[in-house]
Amino acid sequence: MEMDLQTAFTPWASLWGGVLIGLSAVMVMGLFGRIAGIAGITKGFLGAFVPTAGAPRDRDWRLAFLIGLMAAPPALMLTGGTVSQTVPSNLVGMAVAGLLVGLGTALGSGCTSGHGVCGLARLSRRSVAAVATFMGAGFATVFVLRHVLGGA
Amino acid sequence: MMRMAFGFLSGLVFGLGLLISGMSDPAKVLNFLDLAGTWDPSLAFVMGGATVTAFIGYQLVWRRKAPAFEASFDVPTSTRIDRPLILGAALFGTGWGIGGFCPGPAWTALPLLAPGTLVFLPAMLAGLWIGARGKSLNIFARKGATQ
Repeated sequence: MEMDLQTAFTPWASLWGGVLIGLSAVMVMGLFGRIAGIAGITKGFLGAFVPTAGAPRDRDWRLAFLIGLMAAPPALMLTGGTVSQTVPSNLVGMAVAGLLVGLGTALGSGCTSGHGVCGLARLSRRSVAAVATFMGAGFATVFVLRHVLGGA
Repeated sequence: MMRMAFGFLSGLVFGLGLLISGMSDPAKVLNFLDLAGTWDPSLAFVMGGATVTAFIGYQLVWRRKAPAFEASFDVPTSTRIDRPLILGAALFGTGWGIGGFCPGPAWTALPLLAPGTLVFLPAMLAGLWIGARGKSLNIFARKGATQ
């Protein structure tokens, strides 16, 4: 979109942050025996409020997990960390993006965490195919938006 | 109660990982996807760190007979690469490339209340609901394909 600002390359912070994400996936497997896929967890959340096709029934820990996700920014700030974030401000674009992400993860049975982290860690063929597809689509979309349409 | 507490803790660790790694920042995600422009390769390190950790951790955890709070492990068994999987992943990747958010970072970003997040998340929930319904009606699959 309108953001072509440079971001700093942060290999160490990204690596250690990634290790925490992997650790969380291992916790969910060790505690609840499930894939830590945020799309699936969100489907459990939806199922608690509206009838949702295929929504998992073990909602208790899923709701608590989402609250934990949302508690992370205040927790980091309280402990002296900084949270830097630049969210695109084109609201029509964000609405379309949200709709596509929701639709796509429901249809494709997973997102960056479910297929990306957990699926690859399980060496799942389906997840390898899904990751290759969504990465390819992501690269192509940004290329078109920034370099074909945007002229950035 | 213990289930809720550990569910919360798992989510908190996940969210901290997203924040520390930079995965929760759409600007960083979009720059990772911008190979031809302001490319920022950081997210490859996030995926690498997360996947290797999960791979090793899963091997250790699966040595146990059952998870702590459930009777058995419940992991997907399907190996079929079908049309909903690929179509869904393509739609998801397109939305990811437009907004720079995938589901986890969108939740983590919610308390920061950026207008873009406040629009993205409800749209994502709507899409998830519609997609789940469409998939259950099998309208995206070839005849005979099942999930």
